Amino acid sequence: MRTLPPLAAYTLALGDDALILSQRLAEWVARAPQIEEDVALANIALDLLGQARTLLSYTGEVEGAGRDEDDLAYLRDDRDLRNVQLTEIPNGDFAVTMARQLVFSAYQYELYTALLDSADATIAGLAGKAVKEVAYHRDHATQWVLRLGDGTSVSAARMQAGLDQVWPFVAELFDPDDAAASLPGVAADPATLRPAWERYVTAVLSEATLQQPEPGWRSRGGRAGLHTEHLGHLLAEMQHLHRSHPGATW
Amino acid sequence: MNESSKRDWPLWEVFVRARRGLSHQHVGSLHAPDAAMALRNARDVYTRRGEGVSIWVVPSAAITASSPDEKDQFFDPALDKAYRHPTFYDVPEGAKHL
Repeated sequence: MRTLPPLAAYTLALGDDALILSQRLAEWVARAPQIEEDVALANIALDLLGQARTLLSYTGEVEGAGRDEDDLAYLRDDRDLRNVQLTEIPNGDFAVTMARQLVFSAYQYELYTALLDSADATIAGLAGKAVKEVAYHRDHATQWVLRLGDGTSVSAARMQAGLDQVWPFVAELFDPDDAAASLPGVAADPATLRPAWERYVTAVLSEATLQQPEPGWRSRGGRAGLHTEHLGHLLAEMQHLHRSHPGATW
Repeated sequence: MNESSKRDWPLWEVFVRARRGLSHQHVGSLHAPDAAMALRNARDVYTRRGEGVSIWVVPSAAITASSPDEKDQFFDPALDKAYRHPTFYDVPEGAKHL
């Protein structure tokens, strides 16, 4: 893994989260339960892609080694990706995707809210735009978790199973991060985001009559380039065009 | 109710107000399980390029429509009464939305 200045390492990690989840969500296009939901998920994926572009471009600027957003998105292997593992796990059924969306958009909401006051103007600017986007993502996931959790016995069982599948990846979101720790006033310490995240998610699960899972294991290491087997497959699909035709544009 | 309408989400008509001061305009329809989700779907399908400031959704089943068969008796008698049309007034300059 290449050593980056702390600011570049921090923006790259946030950018990779958005990039990888965007790619995952885009897999729903033409496969969602209804065409309206297809459009909703594609919109969310595009919001995340926009955030990723800003963050990766800025990472390239800060690094100063001449890499642009495309180099960073398309020419790194899995050990150089810094996204948390939550963003790379397969979509599963719609309930798994909504469980992941609830967890991640509630986390991003607290993250970008904290970054509104960042001393770095680019980060603060991105946060101002992104916080409105993720507020909608969070609402979208909330609406579905409530309807599926407090729906029929089948939908409730599948929503609970979705949460159970996703929950081992939650703790990693709030793990200490060296880059963030060395950027006080610029970055947000992940641990400080947890109480507000917890309040929001707990309230949604309780209204949806769902149980907050207590998983027996937890993921770690995404920020250090340690990933599940699923990331390589995702990258192969995402990167093959650019790697086969370097510099291709349209 | 036929089999497919029991299985599928109900249909909603979507009305969007483009700017303050204008009235809501019908823009299309969509499927959604309930009103709250219909509003969100409408936001995604019809306003993602900044088209609106306000959205209404109405169950399509709540709309009573005139029948094309009754077109003549409904609308034809209006055509030959010129005095009903406000064509004798000058439109003030700067009134954009008359």
